[in-house]
Amino acid sequence: LDSRLPLVDRSDGTKDSESFTAAAARDQFQEELVIRPLHSGDIYASFQFRTLWDIDFLQERQKVSHYRLFPKSLGQVLSKFSVRELHISFTQGFWRTMQWGQPFIPSPPGAELWVWFHDTVSDVDGNWKELTNVLSGIFCASLNFIDLTNTVQPSASFKPLGLGNATDHRFLRYATLPREIVCTENLTPWKKLLPCGSKAGLSVLLKSEKLFHSSFHSQAVHIRPVCQDEQCTSKAWELRQTLNVVFDLYTSSQGKKEWSLFKMFSRTLTEACPLATSSKIYVDITDNPELFELNPVTPLLSQAVVLGDRRTYSVFDLTRAETFGQLCSLNLLLRWKGDSGMNVFDGCDMLRPLLHAERYVAGFGLQTGEIHTVIYNNHPYRAFPVLLMDSVPWYLQLYIHTLTVTSKSRDNKPSYIHYQPAKDRHRPHLLEMLIQLPPHSMTEVTVQFERALLKWTEYTPDPNHGFYVGSSVVSALVPSMVAMNTNFTQDQPLFSSFVPVKEESSYFVRVYTEPLLVNLPTPDFSMPYNVICLTCTVVAVGYGSFYNLLTRTFQVDEPSLPLEKRLANLIRRIRGVPLLA
Amino acid sequence: MRIFAFIHLLVSIPHGYSNYVETKAGQFFSSGHTNNWAVLVCTSRFWFNYRHVANTLSVYRSVKRLGIPDSHIVLMLADDMACNYRNPKPATVFSHKNMELNVYGDDVEVDYRGYEVTVENFLRVLTGRLPPSTPRSKRLLSDDRSNILIYLTGHGGNGFLKFQDSEEISNMELADAFEQMWQKRRYNELLFIIDTCQGASMYERFYSPNLMALASSQVGEDSLSHQPDLAIGVHLMDKYTFYLLEFLEEVHPASQANMNDLFKVCPQSQCVSTPGHRTDLFQRDPGSVLITDFFGSVRKVEITKDTINLTSPVDRKKYITGFLCCQTNL
Repeated sequence: LDSRLPLVDRSDGTKDSESFTAAAARDQFQEELVIRPLHSGDIYASFQFRTLWDIDFLQERQKVSHYRLFPKSLGQVLSKFSVRELHISFTQGFWRTMQWGQPFIPSPPGAELWVWFHDTVSDVDGNWKELTNVLSGIFCASLNFIDLTNTVQPSASFKPLGLGNATDHRFLRYATLPREIVCTENLTPWKKLLPCGSKAGLSVLLKSEKLFHSSFHSQAVHIRPVCQDEQCTSKAWELRQTLNVVFDLYTSSQGKKEWSLFKMFSRTLTEACPLATSSKIYVDITDNPELFELNPVTPLLSQAVVLGDRRTYSVFDLTRAETFGQLCSLNLLLRWKGDSGMNVFDGCDMLRPLLHAERYVAGFGLQTGEIHTVIYNNHPYRAFPVLLMDSVPWYLQLYIHTLTVTSKSRDNKPSYIHYQPAKDRHRPHLLEMLIQLPPHSMTEVTVQFERALLKWTEYTPDPNHGFYVGSSVVSALVPSMVAMNTNFTQDQPLFSSFVPVKEESSYFVRVYTEPLLVNLPTPDFSMPYNVICLTCTVVAVGYGSFYNLLTRTFQVDEPSLPLEKRLANLIRRIRGVPLLA
Repeated sequence: MRIFAFIHLLVSIPHGYSNYVETKAGQFFSSGHTNNWAVLVCTSRFWFNYRHVANTLSVYRSVKRLGIPDSHIVLMLADDMACNYRNPKPATVFSHKNMELNVYGDDVEVDYRGYEVTVENFLRVLTGRLPPSTPRSKRLLSDDRSNILIYLTGHGGNGFLKFQDSEEISNMELADAFEQMWQKRRYNELLFIIDTCQGASMYERFYSPNLMALASSQVGEDSLSHQPDLAIGVHLMDKYTFYLLEFLEEVHPASQANMNDLFKVCPQSQCVSTPGHRTDLFQRDPGSVLITDFFGSVRKVEITKDTINLTSPVDRKKYITGFLCCQTNL
């Protein structure tokens, strides 16, 4: 996976002199780490690695062959399958919105893949199938289990995050694998895609033994076309690799509210990635000095409005030598002040997340059930609409006539419903609804279902574990308490520039609910063997005895004579005299 | 007269020497393997079968350490133990109690995992009959000059090996798969190691040439597990693979250890079961087969300062097909 060819090796047809200087400026790499202490004492670390490349993959005549910072394996995937946007994430654990707030980049448990293909693609399903197989090889994951039975084409959620007005959802494909496990074998190829690998810069902190011993771990790759400047005169491809991890107070820190880079990642930083134009660490110090103190103190401060809140960050610039100090290593220390039981912000509503959702299965028995999705609007006086997307596998047969949406115990009719019924063994259910949430309320969406009987070969090797139903997705433009920044600036920190901000008064939020685990009626898999044995025994005993009765004949059997009589018979035969009996 | 003989001798020595070099070159190209592959399979699911995953990962670790790259290893693990929620130390799989050796490591690449490890996928990997969209890392791209190491572990019985508690592969199917590989010239020599109960029954039915097989127990015997770790709560490894790992840790790429040493690994006093082996289908003498011929990726390198006239490709092909034709039982 070595994607870095020497600069002099140009083979894409351009002239040597102009391509030599142009190649040096065509791609750039930035890395950043944001550390946000959470009120419960846990700590949230978010890595973002971004490569911007000024090239057009979808151009027919020019074949891209010179890769420098952009990984070659992904570039070839983009051009071969005419992909416009690709978002893939692998997550272990569930994001607890009420305790931790909103994440910078949300992701559902398991694996999630959604792709916008280019308009020129004629066979989107074929491309999708091959793309999932290729990605399963790149990321060492079982993405080849994505097929038409768990792929949907959302009509309104998952609009492109990059350039382009796409309205035709025939070119969009979305699938989740809630059962997918994330472990070192997925982190290893992910790290190999980075320009500095795991050798220099912020990626040296990515040690699997620490990262997977956490409450939440999510690694993702997002590829999309973006504008290079505000007038959008030139376009570029952006590859963002993000890794979000939440370290638990009790498992990683033994209950002591004291965090440092060494404690979180078992390493300190010694240098920035030499290939990066910018390498920064942002520590959220909005709640400092009431809550914790930060060492070493840095004069660089930055303010950013992210997720509807104005936060202040301490910035550590790793490209400057003085950040590393005398010991040539940087280790940040955050120490909580005061009583560990005291929570200063208990009564403050400002920090409660404005949008929150839960989902669970109700009912009893193995025949029917009910899916309940509960969406909370915690804004004190503003109502806003949310788009709820549900993708349910075909073996949970939904009865849509039992669909009810209630807010504050009154019926709440959605203004837009898109429902695609399932087809057994071909297609899952897709339900998308635009629901207006009244202020400070709880909205409940319920639908009844019946469990189907699968064929015995369709069960997994461990069917008693249950079957997973992927998370529901709630997407909304939430009203913001603080005016959001709609200006495009080149040196905007990466964490605040992931989702494009269209208007000042609201920001985009995507909330994933829990996946469901549903037990399907499981047959006794030894029954075919039992039936075969029993039938064969009955047939053998019954038919066998009947056959014997009909065809058996009895013959008299003469007993053999003792030796003396046999000798006597021999002599008698010689003499010609009748034999003895 | 003497001077004439002396001059004749002087002239004939370089000629004889170049002949010697040519024959050595001929031998170099006609014998041996040029690349190594490994197919390592763990067939058991569920947390209490932790030891089977640890077995496979320790062989993976040895094979990587001795030089076979990830692109030439097909690793199949039927369940995830490292990031299992019951693992008290996530992202680790230990082979020794007191957590001495983490065989999972930091740069592991698992090709087939979870539900993908089925009898069908295993046989497809061996025979090469995979759907066209299968990525390279999931294929066994061996040729007629490849030495392949196949390691299987799990629960087995007399004549079968259980995959994931739901299906089985029989010894006849395995023998037929190897015959398919032979007919398509997908291996030069193959070493088959199996660590299950009654493992010797799995190699009884082999009939293709150039196969050598090792098993951890004879028919009618059970392979036993080694030591439990009280913190993790399960048995960490099986006895045979534990001693195999101990033996392989001593091997380095330049080692001259041969197969006879491998046969002596884990005698009955240590293993309780009697390990078995089968070499009748193998052409070479096991004493001349190096461990690194299968476990490592050691290239045969001969340094020479003379120029050698290589025989034309047509002649070389005739030589090699002649060599191969004598191997088959046609």
